[in-house]
Amino acid sequence: MTQTNQGEDLYAQGSDTSDGRVFTVTGQDWDSVVQGVSEAADDGAERVVVNMGPQHPSTHGVLRLILELEGETVTEARCGIGYLHTGIEKNMEFRTWVQGVTFCTRMDYLSPFYNEMTYTLGVERLLDIEDDIPEKAEVMRVLLMELNRLSSHLVAIATGGMEIGALTVMTIGFRERELVLDLFELITGLRMNHAFIRPGGVAQDLPPGALDEIRDFVALMKKRLPEYAALCNANPIFRARLEGVGHLDLSGCLALGLTGPPLRATGYAWDLRKAQPYSGYEDYDFDVMTWDTADSYGRFRIRLAEMHESLKIVEQCADRLAGLEGAPVMVADKKIAWPSQLAIGSDGMGNSLDHIRHIMGESMEALIHHFKLVTEGFRVPPGQAYVPVESPRGELGAHVVSDGGTRPFRAHFRDPSFTNLQATSVMSEGGMVADVIVAIASIDPVMGGVDR
Amino acid sequence: MSEEKGPDQRATEQSPENVPVPEGTTSERAVGVRTGMFGVAGTGDTSGYGGLVKPTVFPGAAQRPYGGWFDTVADSLDALIERVVIHRGEITFHVHRDHLLEVAQKLRDDETLRFEFCSGVSGVHYPEDTGRELHAVYHLTSMTWNRRIRVEVSCPDADPHIPSIVSVYPTNDWHEREAWDFFGIIFDGHPGLTRIQMPDDWPGHPQRKDYPLGGIPVEYKGGSIPPPDQRRSYN
Repeated sequence: MTQTNQGEDLYAQGSDTSDGRVFTVTGQDWDSVVQGVSEAADDGAERVVVNMGPQHPSTHGVLRLILELEGETVTEARCGIGYLHTGIEKNMEFRTWVQGVTFCTRMDYLSPFYNEMTYTLGVERLLDIEDDIPEKAEVMRVLLMELNRLSSHLVAIATGGMEIGALTVMTIGFRERELVLDLFELITGLRMNHAFIRPGGVAQDLPPGALDEIRDFVALMKKRLPEYAALCNANPIFRARLEGVGHLDLSGCLALGLTGPPLRATGYAWDLRKAQPYSGYEDYDFDVMTWDTADSYGRFRIRLAEMHESLKIVEQCADRLAGLEGAPVMVADKKIAWPSQLAIGSDGMGNSLDHIRHIMGESMEALIHHFKLVTEGFRVPPGQAYVPVESPRGELGAHVVSDGGTRPFRAHFRDPSFTNLQATSVMSEGGMVADVIVAIASIDPVMGGVDR
Repeated sequence: MSEEKGPDQRATEQSPENVPVPEGTTSERAVGVRTGMFGVAGTGDTSGYGGLVKPTVFPGAAQRPYGGWFDTVADSLDALIERVVIHRGEITFHVHRDHLLEVAQKLRDDETLRFEFCSGVSGVHYPEDTGRELHAVYHLTSMTWNRRIRVEVSCPDADPHIPSIVSVYPTNDWHEREAWDFFGIIFDGHPGLTRIQMPDDWPGHPQRKDYPLGGIPVEYKGGSIPPPDQRRSYN
C-alpha cells in the first residue's frame, strides 16, 4: 500500500466543474445571475447550463434536470436519476415470496396496489394457481386498484396544476385524494405501504361497513369530479399552458416505450385491462379513454375521463362484493395461503384469537404448519413470468424469476415512470424553459418507481 | 386414454404424475444445485434429509408444434433461435447474442410479427450457469396482433458483451444502462453506456449474486440481529 491511498475517500472527491462559471441559485438572487450571465455573454459565451433539482417542487421528487438554454429556449434537456435508488429489487432476493410484496409496494408510492398486483400475478403464474384465486379476492383487487387509480390521477392533476400556478386545483385534488386514502385505511389498515395483495389472494376480508363507505364515496365523487372539468377544461390560462406542450405522437411513443395516458393521448386506445385482461377485468363495463392531440392537455383530459371510468368500475365492484359476503379471499391451497387471519382485539389489530387457540391449544400440526409457512414460506417452481398490469402511468410489469426456492431469484420491475421519463428530451427540447415543467408533469413520473 | 382406471392397471399408469421423468427428456441443463430438504445448514439435522442434493432445472425446450401463433412467430425466426421454451403459457426464444440485432429488427419490422413495443431489458445473473452466467431478458409486445413474447440472450461472465438494440428499440436506452449498472453487461453499440442509478464512480455491479447485500447488525433490547444476507435462512 502506498501512502497516497491513505485517508482518501472514494466517494467524497471533488465534483467541481472544469469549465464555465457556476452560480448557485436558491431564490431571490436572480440579479447576480443575470449580471453574471450578461458578463459571460460579453465574453462570447451565450450558452447556459441549468441544473434543476435534484430536489425541487416541480420535479416530482428527486429528479435532476440538466437544461441547456439559449435565452429562454431549451436546446438540450437531460435527466439525472438515481437519487432515490434504494435497492428494493436486490432486497427482495433476501426475503420470502410473501415478504416481497412488502418491499415492492414501496416502489411507486402513489400506486402501491399496482406494484403488489403485478408481482403477485407473476408469482401466481409460476405457482400455477392463477385459476384458483377466489372470486372475492379478484374483485377486491380490482376495487383497490381502481380506487388507487383515482388517488394517483388526483395527485397527477393536483401537482400538475400546482406547477403551473393553479393552486386551487392542487388543494381540491388533495382533498379528494384524502378520501381515497381514508378508504384504503379502512380496508387495509394503512394509507400506503399496504402489502395487502399477496400471492394467493388478499390479506384480509372487507371490514364491516366498508361497502357503505365506498358507496358514499362514489356518490360524493360523482358530484365533485365535474368540478374539475368546470374549473380546468375550458379555462383559457390552463389551456394556454397545456395545449401543444410536450407533443409526442404515436410513433414517438412506441419507439420510446411510452404507455398509459401519453400513449392514449395520441388516439390509440391501448389499455392492458382491455387488451390482455387480468383479475377478471373482462367482466367489467368500462371504456378506454383517448384524446387526439398528443399533448399535455390531452393527457390531462384522459386522466380526468379515466377517473369517471374508475368510479364506474368501483361501483360494479361494490355491487359484486355485496353478494360475496363471507366468501374466501385467499386461495384454498393450505400450502400457499397465509395461515392466520387478522382480527380486532382489545389491544388493536392482531392475529385472530380463534386461530391462536387452534394452533396453541388444539392442533400441533397446525402450529407446525403455521410456523413453517411464516418463517420458511412456500417454494415456487423454477421458471420466469412477466404479467404486466395497466398502472395509472402505463405498463407496469414484474419480471419474476424463481430457482425453486423460498425466495425470489430475481424480481425486476419495468416501471412506466422510468421508461416514460426518457421522453423528457424529445418533449421539451426546442420549447420554452417553463414548458419543461408542464411536459414532465404530463408524464407524471414518480421517482420512487423510477429509481426503485 | 378412454379405458377406465381399474385395479388391473399398473400403478405407474394410474398416477403418472408420480413417476420420475426418464433420463434425457429434459434438454435443459441444471443451473445450480439445492442441498438439503429444509434449506438450513448447521442445524444438527440427523434425519438424513439434509444430505439431499437436487439440481435446479429450469423448464426445458418445447417441441413442435407449439400451438397457435407461437408457431407463426417461431417459423419466421427459425434459423436464428437456439431454443424455444414454453412455460405457463409464456413463450421464450433463446437467441445467441450474434443474432440478437437481426432478431430484434425482424421482430419489429416483419409484417406477420410486428412487435412494436419493447418493455425493456431485465438482467439476471446465474452464477452457476457456467459459460452463460449473465442473461438479458427482453419482453416484447405486438400491439397489432396482441401477442407477447420473451427473448433471452446470455453471455459469459468473462466476456460480458451483448449487442445493443437501442437502434431498433430506442426505449431500451435507459434499460440497457440499468442492466449495465446492475449486472455489468456491456451493450455494444449503445449510444452512451453510463451508470444510471448508482453514482458514476461506484465500484462493482450491485445486483450480481456475488455482490453482497450489505447492512449492519441491528441491536434491540440487548440482542443483536445480523443483516438479512447473514441471517439463518431457507433457500
